[in-house]
Amino acid sequence: MTETSVTTDPAAAPSVASNEPIIAIDDLSFSYDLGKTNTLRNISLEIPAGKVTAFIGPSGCGKSTLLRCLNRMNDLVDTAKVTTGRISILGQDINAPDVEAIELRKHVGMVFQKYNPFPKSIYENVAYGLRVQGIKNKGILDQAVEESLQKAALWGEVKDRLDSSALGLSGGQQQRLCIARTIAVKPRIVLMDEPCSALDPIATARIEELIAELQEDFTIVIVTHNMQQATRVSDRTAFFYLGELIEYDETQIIFGNPSIKQTEDYVSGRFG
Amino acid sequence: MPEKSSATDARSVQNPFRSLSSKQKVRDGIATGVFAFFTYFILACVVLILGKITYDGAPVIFQSEAPFVNTDFFSKSPMTLHEFYNEDGEMIRLDKDDFDAYKKANPDAVIRDEHTFSYAGGGILGPLVGTAMLVLFCMVAALFIGISAAIYLNEYAKKGRVVNAIRLAIMNLAGVPSIVFGLFGFAFFCFSPIFPVFTGNPDWEKSLLTIPLWPSDGYLSFQGWGNSVIAGAATLAVMVLPVIIAACEESLKAVPKGFREASLALGATKWQCIRTAVLPYATPGILTASILGITRVAGETAPIMFTAAVASKGKLPWQDTEGSGLYWVSNVLTQKVEALPYHIYTVSGKLPANEALDDMRYGSVFVFLLLVIGFAMISVVLRSRFRKKLKW
Repeated sequence: MTETSVTTDPAAAPSVASNEPIIAIDDLSFSYDLGKTNTLRNISLEIPAGKVTAFIGPSGCGKSTLLRCLNRMNDLVDTAKVTTGRISILGQDINAPDVEAIELRKHVGMVFQKYNPFPKSIYENVAYGLRVQGIKNKGILDQAVEESLQKAALWGEVKDRLDSSALGLSGGQQQRLCIARTIAVKPRIVLMDEPCSALDPIATARIEELIAELQEDFTIVIVTHNMQQATRVSDRTAFFYLGELIEYDETQIIFGNPSIKQTEDYVSGRFG
Repeated sequence: MPEKSSATDARSVQNPFRSLSSKQKVRDGIATGVFAFFTYFILACVVLILGKITYDGAPVIFQSEAPFVNTDFFSKSPMTLHEFYNEDGEMIRLDKDDFDAYKKANPDAVIRDEHTFSYAGGGILGPLVGTAMLVLFCMVAALFIGISAAIYLNEYAKKGRVVNAIRLAIMNLAGVPSIVFGLFGFAFFCFSPIFPVFTGNPDWEKSLLTIPLWPSDGYLSFQGWGNSVIAGAATLAVMVLPVIIAACEESLKAVPKGFREASLALGATKWQCIRTAVLPYATPGILTASILGITRVAGETAPIMFTAAVASKGKLPWQDTEGSGLYWVSNVLTQKVEALPYHIYTVSGKLPANEALDDMRYGSVFVFLLLVIGFAMISVVLRSRFRKKLKW
């Protein structure tokens, strides 16, 4: 997919040539305890723009940790530290001293495992990201809320009750609301941390459809426990085991004909 | 014995679930009985306390004719009670105001066997007002400082030894006896010349720094607050801080981590995140805890004994206060006040017991108890309301 398909907020960030990765991780090691033990070890991987990339692996393999490195959510942990290597997003080292994590997160949004809308109205949830940027104009907010809810395939269900509490929605709707909230700030990249693990199969199917649609506007990185989900939604898949990247390739290859035995064992259900 | 026979029966058919031996049963019964006894003993204590106070205090406050409440008790401050016999030999009790009015109205009245009882007449308006002022200023200061500290400890500070040491220090503060706070407040707030007052005639000997405030003819004088409502409120605030900080931290911890993460992931700054995604959901908890803090502050005698309280004042703090504007405010705040717990201490502990004082004693305690119970109830009701409203 080419850069032209990334239509959101082109002025906000430098453009990426079609052959260049939007995220480039180079020899990254990461520690939760100031470097005593590395949770992630020497990971190198390039994520192409406009595609869906899935991170799979057994629990505790570091896939969520890596995802949280990409928008520096790990900054919330006092003792977290990148010990070696670098992550470049749009060509910029995101751990450089002159990078503001708050600005980074406006370009790299995140959807969490447990849907977590604020106990506010549906409207206020979607408008939140714009409000913290200081946008007060009602017209702009209204438009952004409608657009985002439409993109998140939720508009039809909630347009008559935008002012009612978000907590009155079903689980699947709440997660789609969280997606709408994330895309309202028009990020380039959307990180999804097991977005369906708290949802039933029907709600899961809807989110998966939504991911396919969002792919047109956003680069998506999704962590999933569910291997069928990875095959259904992703273009490329990375398999992690014990903090290391074992194999990274086209999704069909990872699930059809992986080159490493460990990957094959995992995707065929022999362990994990 | 029925158990014995049934046990024998059970044994004969090899019932695997046959009942316990009678020895075990007795022991179990004793254990249950002991625990239940002490639980109901506590209940009995509560009922006794409330019953005694209500029995003696309610008749002072309530009356059988309209307006059913003894309004004098709430509209007058404590004053001397005059007891005398008139020419018909009837005993009459009048507080000082009414006694003076009676003498004026009937200059020829016969007054025989006159006795006076200090503090037994009038009402508790002064102490109520004083306590309200102390509580108000104390809570404003304690909430501001306490919430700030709790936010810092819970949201900003890096977890580690320093924060643990700070927490330990705060917890120790909670264990300090209140009389120690009283002495500390006396030495610090009343006399340290770092606390300024606005005044027309500064205390030149005590004042560390006196700044004339031209064009008015007053001064900003750093001379300590003296024995005053503001010094008392500050002392109480220091005392209640650990409670407030602990409650605020609990409330902040109860806000789901997901709210913080979601907010930050949407590009909010730390302060925006706290302001819009944490504090609104912690406020109910902070509020209900503060209301319980109020009851504690309102009831303390020791911290205000040396710093703020006076047994009898004769006027409300804002009556006959000199100065205008800032000087007036400063003069009001640097006055001593009457306070409800100190008033109860005075009429119960300092004065010889007599029957005339009993009404004042039990009336005051009854009102005090009603206030405390009222605040506790408000706190409970608010908490359950918020719980229903804010669910996640």
